Amino acid sequence: MSTIKSRLRREKIAKILMQLAGIGITGSLFLIIGIILFKGLPYLTWDMISQTPQGGFYIGKEGGILNAILGSFYLAGLSTILACIIGLPIAIYLNVYIAQSSSLARVSKLLFDILFGIPSIVYGAIAFSIMIALGIRASLLGGVITITLLTIPIVVRTLDELLKTIPLDLKNTTTSLGATPWQTAQILLKYIKPGIFTALLLAFGRAIGDVAGVLLTTGFSDNLPLYLDEPAATLPLAIFFQLSSPIPEVQGRAYASALILTFIILIIVICTHILASRQKKHRL
Amino acid sequence: MRLRILKDRWIRITFRTLLLLTLSLVVLIGIGLFIKSLPLLKDQNIFLILTGSTWSPLKGQFGFLPFITGTVSVTLIALIIAAPLCILSSIYLVEYASDILKKTVLPLINVLAAIPPVLYGVWGILFVVPLISNYIGPAFGNNSSGYSILSGGIVLAVMIFPIMISIMVEVLQTIPPDLKAASLSLGATRWETIQKVILKKVRPGIIAAIVLATSRAFGETIAVLMVCGNIPQIPKSLFDAGYPIPALIANNFGEMMSIPHYDAALMFAALLLLAIIFLFNLISRLILNKLEEKA
Repeated sequence: MSTIKSRLRREKIAKILMQLAGIGITGSLFLIIGIILFKGLPYLTWDMISQTPQGGFYIGKEGGILNAILGSFYLAGLSTILACIIGLPIAIYLNVYIAQSSSLARVSKLLFDILFGIPSIVYGAIAFSIMIALGIRASLLGGVITITLLTIPIVVRTLDELLKTIPLDLKNTTTSLGATPWQTAQILLKYIKPGIFTALLLAFGRAIGDVAGVLLTTGFSDNLPLYLDEPAATLPLAIFFQLSSPIPEVQGRAYASALILTFIILIIVICTHILASRQKKHRL
Repeated sequence: MRLRILKDRWIRITFRTLLLLTLSLVVLIGIGLFIKSLPLLKDQNIFLILTGSTWSPLKGQFGFLPFITGTVSVTLIALIIAAPLCILSSIYLVEYASDILKKTVLPLINVLAAIPPVLYGVWGILFVVPLISNYIGPAFGNNSSGYSILSGGIVLAVMIFPIMISIMVEVLQTIPPDLKAASLSLGATRWETIQKVILKKVRPGIIAAIVLATSRAFGETIAVLMVCGNIPQIPKSLFDAGYPIPALIANNFGEMMSIPHYDAALMFAALLLLAIIFLFNLISRLILNKLEEKA
């Protein structure tokens, strides 16, 4: 047995190592945001947010990325709504209608984990080949369908975790009063209301940031997205394309676009955080 | 009275159908990818495809080895960086940190999880790539462009921090306080308690976290694609460019469809990804299930 001194020294070293690891991990977040802010801010102008690409935008002339910002919001908004329409009933079914120990519940859990883990590029590739088979060209609609598939598992998983936090008593009380499962579900939904918005925001955040899924299915367009059956620009893709340009001015705009996306994501995260703390209070 | 029961029955059927339809997606995607990659699989031996190192679609040679090694090496680098850091910091968060620190750091980790891949890619190009080409590469006597599997690994490591930490913290919190108290009261220091009691107890959970993070890393496309160099070769050093499987699909899908078997090969790549992810999720779910049953 080593002396108490060396044991305490080891304790100290381990603690310092752990602190360094923690600082490294949280530091990486500030490094990412800091660098994007530093590089993007000089190029961020009002024109960037308020205009569509004009002639010669991609060689560094005037214009903005309003088309991509709007496209991303449409795409993420529509897919989030669709994912909620499909995901909410599934989460309710899994928690109210069937027993947690049933094999269907277990299999569902695994399969949703897998759906959650399927990379968006695979969703994109599948959707793309289906679209080719049906003769549909890359369009906002194609993107919405792909991203909806991508976000359903997020909605289901978040709501599932939320519904699990509800005390069993509440469920049992309503059932013993003679409520049908659907009536029970309605009461539970009231209970987790702020949490539903959290799930929606999480899905929205993932949807607005995805590139691989929209790369093949949504295409790109310099026009404002007006119709579902036309290609639409998306913000992450705009960043990706502008970044691959050799012209410094265009690259700078990519950084500014990245900064805009960072702002959007930060706003979403802050809203999620506020809603989550409200859910805690809501819980009584 | 009748009405509400009838209503409930209809809702039950609708909800169940929605669930089953969504679940069947996994199977449908798998079957779809398999059918699409059949032309290639019929034409060439699957082992030759997996072990072939020449990728020249024009000559009908579809060797996946460069892409498999690309994916595996990038993922391994990411794990080697991320796993120790995440284990250390999640232990610190659970065992040492004050509540205030926990309440500040965990939301920050959530922010890290919310950052889209493309922003990680931008960061990789602006920070990691120059860092490697200007400092780390020369320090090892290598004049790399910086677009290398090492850059991909570093970016990927940061991307899997959140998922690793959130699972590890959850697992660490399941340790009963009695166990710690017993060890501490026997005179062990906290670090000794962590080493000899806690880590032993949570080992399966940590493995599950790493496995899950691995499957996430396998599928990451855009961020890795942006910093990896994308040259179909077997990387020989950390500073060589690599070409992971998802990048292959993203870069080439939809183009050159007239080349025979080309799209079948890309679909096979997607099928490969799906299979790996299926397997890894299954493993981690089984481990986590066992832990939950015990807890």
